[in-house]
Amino acid sequence: MSEGTTVPDGRRYTKEHEWALVDGDVIVIGITDFAQHELGDVVYVELPRVGGRVAAFKEFGVVESVKAASDLYSPLTGEVVAVNGDLGEHPELVNESPYDRGWMMRVRAEDLAELDQLMDAQAYRQLIEQG
Amino acid sequence: MTEALLSELSTPGRETIRIGRPNVPAHAIDIPRELLRDELPLPEVGEPEVVRHFTRVSRLNVSIDTNFYPLGSCTMKYNPKVNDAMAALPGMRGIHPLQPEETVQGALQIIHAVQELIARITGFDAVSLTPAAGAQGELAGLLMIRAAQHARGQEHRRRVLIPDSAHGTNPATAAMVGYEVVTLPSDPRGNVDLEALEDLLDETVAGLMITVPSTLGLFDEAMLRVSELVHRAGGLVYGDGANLNALLGIARPRDLGLDVMHSNLHKTFTTPHGGGGPGSSAIAATAELAPFLPIPFVVRGSDGGYRLDADRPASIGRLGSFQGHFGMLVRAYTYIRMLGTPGLREVSEAAVLNANYLRSRLSQSYRVAHDRTCMHEVVLAGLRANGARTLDVAKRLLDYGYHPPTIYFPLVVPEAMMIEPTETETKATLDAFVETMLTIAQEAQRDPELLRTAPHTTPVGRLDEATAARNPVLHW
Amino acid sequence: MAFVPLTDAERDSMLETLGLPSTDTLFEVIPESVRFPDIDIGPALTEMEVTAQVEALAELNRPAYGAPFFLGAGAYRHFIPAAVGALMSRSEFSTSYTPYQPEVSQGTLQMSFEFQSLICDLTGMEVTNASVYDGASAVAEAALMALRLTGRERIVVSAGVHPHYRQALEAYVGPRGIDLVTSEIVVENGTLREIGLVEAIDDRTACCIVSQPTFFGEIRDLAEAFDKLHAAGGLAVEVYNPTSLGLLKPPGAWGADIAAAEGQPLGISLSFGGPYVGLLSCRRDLVRQLPGRIVGMAKDAEGRRGFVLTLQAREQHIRREKATSNICTSQTLISLGAASYLALLGPSGLREVAEACWHVARYAADQLGAILSVEVITPRPFFHEFAIRTPHPARDVNNRLLEHGIIGGYELGRAYPELENALLLCCTEVTTREQVDSLVAAVREAVGGGG
Repeated sequence: MSEGTTVPDGRRYTKEHEWALVDGDVIVIGITDFAQHELGDVVYVELPRVGGRVAAFKEFGVVESVKAASDLYSPLTGEVVAVNGDLGEHPELVNESPYDRGWMMRVRAEDLAELDQLMDAQAYRQLIEQG
Repeated sequence: MTEALLSELSTPGRETIRIGRPNVPAHAIDIPRELLRDELPLPEVGEPEVVRHFTRVSRLNVSIDTNFYPLGSCTMKYNPKVNDAMAALPGMRGIHPLQPEETVQGALQIIHAVQELIARITGFDAVSLTPAAGAQGELAGLLMIRAAQHARGQEHRRRVLIPDSAHGTNPATAAMVGYEVVTLPSDPRGNVDLEALEDLLDETVAGLMITVPSTLGLFDEAMLRVSELVHRAGGLVYGDGANLNALLGIARPRDLGLDVMHSNLHKTFTTPHGGGGPGSSAIAATAELAPFLPIPFVVRGSDGGYRLDADRPASIGRLGSFQGHFGMLVRAYTYIRMLGTPGLREVSEAAVLNANYLRSRLSQSYRVAHDRTCMHEVVLAGLRANGARTLDVAKRLLDYGYHPPTIYFPLVVPEAMMIEPTETETKATLDAFVETMLTIAQEAQRDPELLRTAPHTTPVGRLDEATAARNPVLHW
Repeated sequence: MAFVPLTDAERDSMLETLGLPSTDTLFEVIPESVRFPDIDIGPALTEMEVTAQVEALAELNRPAYGAPFFLGAGAYRHFIPAAVGALMSRSEFSTSYTPYQPEVSQGTLQMSFEFQSLICDLTGMEVTNASVYDGASAVAEAALMALRLTGRERIVVSAGVHPHYRQALEAYVGPRGIDLVTSEIVVENGTLREIGLVEAIDDRTACCIVSQPTFFGEIRDLAEAFDKLHAAGGLAVEVYNPTSLGLLKPPGAWGADIAAAEGQPLGISLSFGGPYVGLLSCRRDLVRQLPGRIVGMAKDAEGRRGFVLTLQAREQHIRREKATSNICTSQTLISLGAASYLALLGPSGLREVAEACWHVARYAADQLGAILSVEVITPRPFFHEFAIRTPHPARDVNNRLLEHGIIGGYELGRAYPELENALLLCCTEVTTREQVDSLVAAVREAVGGGG
């Protein structure tokens, strides 16, 4: 089931299939390759507004495909400083480039220690292999 | 094979239907300019073209009248034409909902009769026929449970238990009413997991929503115990009666411990599905919950006259514009009178026999989700020998002139295919369907690509739904 | 007659395949204590017998057509072209189901797409769904939309919105502890006036719901209310009458964010209140919160144009408890009736109907207003309904009219306690001058002559 799925090192992962990447003083967040594959063709992404607050393990948005809609859970708590405006016109970026051009939001973390609660790449690979 | 749209057929100046001028004295229309519209951009298409257009468009559909349509949980049985003829009688079709009651006694009598007939069939004490559809019936039912719990002084019960196999309207309805939804797992035999139920039942639970028989096409082997447990914990049981076609004359839902239930007139009681509506629903309740039924209600006075009663202080209120889908009630009345007492059991026995017959013969090439007798529908779990997905089997069925069964529902069965033949099909139709399904199973081994690219013979092939959802074009 | 084709021989053969002795064994899972109950619903009737029975019941009902008839109040007696019924009775439309398999449901899907488009054309709104149940549920769903979109908890609704729609709104939003504020209707100097609507709009208001025309028939300028509402960040919900849009400024032009209506006037039989069709439209950017089925255009691999249910991820079968609504069916077959009606009449036909309604209502109001003790209390301009007030309870007036074979109007006291003596009358293109004249004569007699 996890054949061919990418799980890059250097990021942290949630069991709901989001990834978090430290970039300076903000954390970039998106969904994993496994998640986009399970969803199928993404048609819409509902993102929070810039300036809003997200909380660890609470919903921050929704990703819709033709046949499914999944809540998105934030890996950590903080203020949303940017959201990916390209996803409005091109939601397929989530499928094509889930770790790069398909990024969803950038958050200024209130407590970086929250990252330690998340899985590393190896643990996440194990999770999806167990299915 | 694309049909033009009316906007594409439109031609300026085309003659359309006119109604002529009224024979009252002429007067300039003195509505102020700013309240009037400028232009009215409707298409201009003449009657002959409109009729040809919609007639041609209709022929792009499959329907019960043209094809076997075994959509699970939808009960696609024959829609008797006499039903439509009765609903079209001028005395039925041409009466206004607010007319003086003495001018519509026939209509009120029909509503009253259907209330009574459904009460007898389901075993409940009172029935309201105002809900416009199953989903609105569910809304009524949950609002009633909420009202009943409040009346019992139990407002703190904010959670509703719903099996994982439930139709999506169940949790959607519970959420609309403000309940927290707690999902109840099924056990390997397709029953409600009794242990999980006992664990979850406490004083925060307002009730349980259960489909009887379930969406897996199975009758819960501990049904009476399930109701008993819920009642003992202070909860109420809501019954989703979508599958009532399995139980007519076989068991009364009230006897199974349900407190309130909706049934779908457009399923069990043959009112036409109409391409997705109109539906119509009866909501039936025990004596305790009867005061909360939606208004209005038809009652019979001591003088024998019928009237609409909207003076029910405990009612959850009014859900629709008037008193329900009367046109569908006329149809249901006609059908139920033709069934009579003997017809009830005849329907369900044949429906259940047909479904089990398919289960037995299809098990040759398809996984049957649960190894036990099914009710009026059977759920398969994909091909035994892999090779193609349920989606591909469904699309290939289209090439053979069948409407596919329900697919990927219920969610708890992987590669689910839910087949409900109904009682109005001949054995020959069932046999032909089985042969086709077995053939497709073989094709899946020999030439899976044929299935993956199906359908090949329909007016359009598989449509790109992803692009349609990304950039929706919702009008011409 | 149960429409069960199985013969005894076929039954036996199938039981043999199953290895079962009888059909009873199929029901062993049902507890014995409740199995095979004694139910009595009378004998099985043949088609001939049930037809005679139902026809006899139909004879006890007096149809609205053919005799003087002045009831409106949310359901309207209009002329229905014969082609509408003919198209609705095509069984390819009526005996198919929700188009889950689009390849074999292009009939339903294309028709729904055209219906959506026609209502967009009619209302000037950007998006319309494939229909909801009726006017009442359209209003309730519009309010729920506004609550979701704004996150606010207050709804302001005009008392000029149909009383049944307001009742349904209460039933739907009741469980949520929403602050539901309704304006007040008073009679001042012999004229109906609404007070407290615009004043109630504030920055906690999710939406303001107004009716155009009002339940009493009046056509008003909506700009003031909508401007204040938009400035406060709320959504404008306009409840409209589709026939009136043959003449009147549509919701889109008024700046409505959501438009809701009862579609019955568009070629649908009165049928004692249903099935009708709810019309629900909104601004393009609100579409993801629009409940119900929506049909969109799509292409197949060969580039052929087709139609599909789209934006389904909002709906109950996918989102379940997070769905925009629990709605599953729509009123598809009825929407076909409305679409055919609009297609058959076209812009000039619909305009003609609207104008005729206005002319006949105007004539009736002028004649009635000339009677000494009758006041026309709906302010002008009005469309095809207006309220009159007399010194007598409206119920008594209606009873006198019925004695003359006239079905009068809606007794406004049923929904507005201060309007016990007021009657809401409706005239349409079907109402003849002779019928109006007979009404006027009967009313004159009922109120004691004069004028």
